[in-house]
Amino acid sequence: MTDQRASAGEVQTIVAARRLRDTRTVFIGVGRPSTAAILARMVHNPDLVLVYESGTIGAKPFHIPLSIGDGELAQTADSVVTVPEMFNYWIGPGRIDVAFLGAAQIDKHANLNSTVIGDYDHPKTRLPGAGGAPEIAASCGEVIVIAPHAKRTFVEKLDFCTTVGHGDGPGARERLGFRGKGPSAVITDLGVLEPDPETKELVLTQIHPGVEVTDAKEQTGWALRVSDHIQTTEPPTDEELAKLRELLDR
Amino acid sequence: MRLQAESGQPCAAARPASAKGRIVAELMTLSDAVDSLVGDGDSVALEGFTHLIPFEAGHEIMRQGRRELELIRMTPDLLYDQMIGMGVARRLVFSYGGNPGVGGLHRFRDAIENGWPRPLELEEHSHAGMANRYAAGAADMPCAVMRGYVGTDLVAHTTVAPVTCPFTGERLVAVPALRPDVAIVHAQEADREGNVQLWGIPGVQKEAILASRRSLVTVERIVDELEPRPGGITIPGWVIGVVAEVPGGSRPSYSLGITDRDNDFYKFWDKMSRDRDAFIAWMNVNVLGTEVPAR
Repeated sequence: MTDQRASAGEVQTIVAARRLRDTRTVFIGVGRPSTAAILARMVHNPDLVLVYESGTIGAKPFHIPLSIGDGELAQTADSVVTVPEMFNYWIGPGRIDVAFLGAAQIDKHANLNSTVIGDYDHPKTRLPGAGGAPEIAASCGEVIVIAPHAKRTFVEKLDFCTTVGHGDGPGARERLGFRGKGPSAVITDLGVLEPDPETKELVLTQIHPGVEVTDAKEQTGWALRVSDHIQTTEPPTDEELAKLRELLDR
Repeated sequence: MRLQAESGQPCAAARPASAKGRIVAELMTLSDAVDSLVGDGDSVALEGFTHLIPFEAGHEIMRQGRRELELIRMTPDLLYDQMIGMGVARRLVFSYGGNPGVGGLHRFRDAIENGWPRPLELEEHSHAGMANRYAAGAADMPCAVMRGYVGTDLVAHTTVAPVTCPFTGERLVAVPALRPDVAIVHAQEADREGNVQLWGIPGVQKEAILASRRSLVTVERIVDELEPRPGGITIPGWVIGVVAEVPGGSRPSYSLGITDRDNDFYKFWDKMSRDRDAFIAWMNVNVLGTEVPAR
């Protein structure tokens, strides 16, 4: 059995995997989201359908892929489709229940920046860009953001809005004609933030074991609201931690 | 000789006929293919979505010293990082400029952040936008209609326009068709008439070929007869300009069933390419100094 305590990153991955207990289909990129989704298939939800942007629907990777286009994803998929088909037939119509997204910057309404730090024409740091995120966030059933909890990530104002979360607040998504519900949670290495149902502002609802609420507040670039009913994250079970480490070792 | 075909219509006069009198793709060496298809200043789309990336063809473009290219590609990964770093591009049309699963692209960043080795003009879209632009090009439509972009800062920085559905009144957006001068893709195999089959992740390769005025497909092998594969996509030789046999032509990307993705190389690239001098030295030894034997 595991005798070591889980790291902050392991807790983040395990908490993300738990969110997929009752999910039918999840859209994922590489990195922690992919690890979490594979872990969810191992521990909570063996029927979970993994959908990668590269066009692999129902991929069943044994190993954690380095890229979204690794051969194992295509070889184990139920269906492999072209990029236009992926966006026009699968993502656009809202056939995917949950999408995991990351970002370099996130604001209090869970809007995301993955384009530039600084001015667009003269950026301090040029980031990769939009990829599939704007349409994924508009159309998938809900969005779960996975990001490191740091002041440079959780900012008062985005340098560039690549992907709309809850826009400027209540009603924004409806006005823009989006089909999905938008971000339902932001899972960090310190806790979980969820949008207030009324104001759509992110509120700290969950804090991971051993983390203080003040840590999360200090690492947030706006005055972070804390839920009256804040909960401490249930610590990783031996099974969750053992399976995660087994997966990372494969 | 430069093969020409306007508006995506294959130019029959420039194409060889097979023994049966059918119009087929021309089989050439990679060197002759790039020489005849790619000119200075052309818009060139080298496609392949993490899989089947035509690295060797891109390297040949650099070896032949092409300049002032408009490079088009959804995911300008290592290949375009190399081409941008060597200064062959004046403009980049793209939707995601990262090293998949590893991090950023250092030559791409250096060009945008510091103008090194030269400034790079950008036109960026979302994946959905780029995919629809290729599909519109393949269909010979002026634009594609889709849901997307709204509410983002991309709208102010790219070519997208609002449109209203004439039947339902729904507000949508239009993106202009992509019509590259040349499309270059890699596939597993072709037969001797230039019919091409690829399998595994299909990306946007077929759309890129059909959207472009000229096209080159490099293949792992040329076979007497294509054996149908599960999920395989066959592209008839009569819509392809030139086919060149280039075994290993997608490395360090891969050709499913034939070569494996060299994940270690993608990690190596992240470290090595941070330094301008190290990058230039590596390119000189490993890309520009490499002779491709005539096949």
